[in-house]
Amino acid sequence: MKQMINIALPKGRLGEKAYGIFEAAGFECPSIKEENRKLIFENPEKGVRYFWVKPSDVVIYVERGAADIGIAGKDIILEYKPDIYELADLGIGKCRMAVAAKKDFCDRRDRTLRVATKFPNIAKGYYASLSREIDIIKLNGSIELAPILGLSDVIVDIVETGKTLYENDLEPKSDIVNISARLVANKASYKFKNESISDICEQINRIISEKK
Amino acid sequence: MSFCERVLRNDERAIYGLRELYESYGYSLYKVSKFEEYDLYAHNKSFLVSSNILSFTDTNGKLLALKPDVTLSIVKNISDEDKVTHKFCYNETVYRTSADSDGFKEIMQTGLECIGDIDLYSECEVLALAVRSLSKISADYLLDLSHMGIVDGLLCEAGIDDALKSDFIAAIKSKNVSAINALCNKNGISPDMENKLCELTGLYLPLDKALAKVSEIIVGDRMNDAYSELCNICEVMKAEGMSERIFVDFSVVNDVNYYDGVCFKGFINGIPDSVLSGGRYDKLLRKLDKKQGAIGFAVYLDRLERFDSALPEYDVDIVLTYDKGTDVKKIIEAKNELAKDGARVLVGEHPDKSQRYRKLLKITDGGVVTLEAND
Repeated sequence: MKQMINIALPKGRLGEKAYGIFEAAGFECPSIKEENRKLIFENPEKGVRYFWVKPSDVVIYVERGAADIGIAGKDIILEYKPDIYELADLGIGKCRMAVAAKKDFCDRRDRTLRVATKFPNIAKGYYASLSREIDIIKLNGSIELAPILGLSDVIVDIVETGKTLYENDLEPKSDIVNISARLVANKASYKFKNESISDICEQINRIISEKK
Repeated sequence: MSFCERVLRNDERAIYGLRELYESYGYSLYKVSKFEEYDLYAHNKSFLVSSNILSFTDTNGKLLALKPDVTLSIVKNISDEDKVTHKFCYNETVYRTSADSDGFKEIMQTGLECIGDIDLYSECEVLALAVRSLSKISADYLLDLSHMGIVDGLLCEAGIDDALKSDFIAAIKSKNVSAINALCNKNGISPDMENKLCELTGLYLPLDKALAKVSEIIVGDRMNDAYSELCNICEVMKAEGMSERIFVDFSVVNDVNYYDGVCFKGFINGIPDSVLSGGRYDKLLRKLDKKQGAIGFAVYLDRLERFDSALPEYDVDIVLTYDKGTDVKKIIEAKNELAKDGARVLVGEHPDKSQRYRKLLKITDGGVVTLEAND
């Protein structure tokens, strides 16, 4: 029997796109498209077993070996710094991590900057590189509200088109890092299932370069 | 004292099995204190796996630390005699801070250190012992081998300065070829060096097959020396019949300030993280003003806790109950009779009902009767 590879996909649009790449690369699993409440989908013939998890949990499943490989956003990898391999850049889910503030925001260096974010480690790292003292306000959603209501001076968040920002009288002030979806692997799985994981990685890289 | 091995957990079995293995090679057991002076670690933070140290003040006001590492304590106390090679093994608890568990973690470690005049034999002996340690734990294991002379050598040849090195090393550690490309483009690294760095990052092959690939990326004397060392090691490991279990993987990188030769990590199929880690750390000895070389490794026994750990079907073989007033001598006699072949017998008037047992027996006037049999 073919060695099964457990693959963690992030729930949502990015995960569906990522599955599309796996499918095009020859690792399809038709049952994943059926409408039911199943949590795990497998195709023993292709040696793949998929499951959907919360996007920020993908790296946890992979780091702890419950998933051999997975698709995770670079934002999540930078924020949680898991001890995993990052084997390919899928080139999908492209956006950027940026600092945004109200359009009329004037940065005063004489005071501590209040930063609202879902990504405290990325924000801390960025401002440490600028030798800037900050006060982190960790939020779990609706980050854009923080500067509007005076909770923070700036936000550090993912910006795709910037539409939500502009509609709320905010704008990106500086970019921190470019983000896209990455193929990640558990370090031990990479070794013990090397042939299968290398094959998946090679086929995915083929699809990505074809798309380019 | 003799005992039945089934009472041991995986990690306990490994402690005794590995100590037996190391002592058979003449490594003597080294006991270190639970506490060390904080300064020892404060001066060598990047040698440690986790740089946060649990510290406290003793009754004399001296700052002490709960030891986060064994190697430093051993190295500190080694006499600096020329030509003498010291071989020690240890079983020690180390204390490290951890984000996952409540503040800190207590980790049982076993390992060995070989300090002194390190020649090819000593290096290969330590590598062979690392392989044998893994094989004692499971039949399905791998040892990943890397060499700092190749990784750091290539980074230096490519003209990457110390400030940038950590970014490149982070990309190599996560086998992130696209990050290597991006870093090379950003810093004006030549296409030839970029290719070599990508090759080095992606390489994962058994030792003998890997060497041909490694030879293609060699530039400069330092890399060449490291490559020759890997070739010599490969020959010895082949003779030991171990070369198929050893893979070359340069994502195994230790701190460049302390490690300068081979470094390695051991993996067991079924455990998501490495269970063994080691390398050549001559630079640490230089920092401690010692002339010798050193190589060693540690086995992380805490990672074996859940390995292959199908819970035993029963907690005890027999639960033996009795009524109030039963003659104690009669109870002891019945217990001894039942336990004579090694059965685990739990005795009590009202034994713990949560225990899973094979048989429930009771002492009655007519003798011992079976109330329940689960097998």
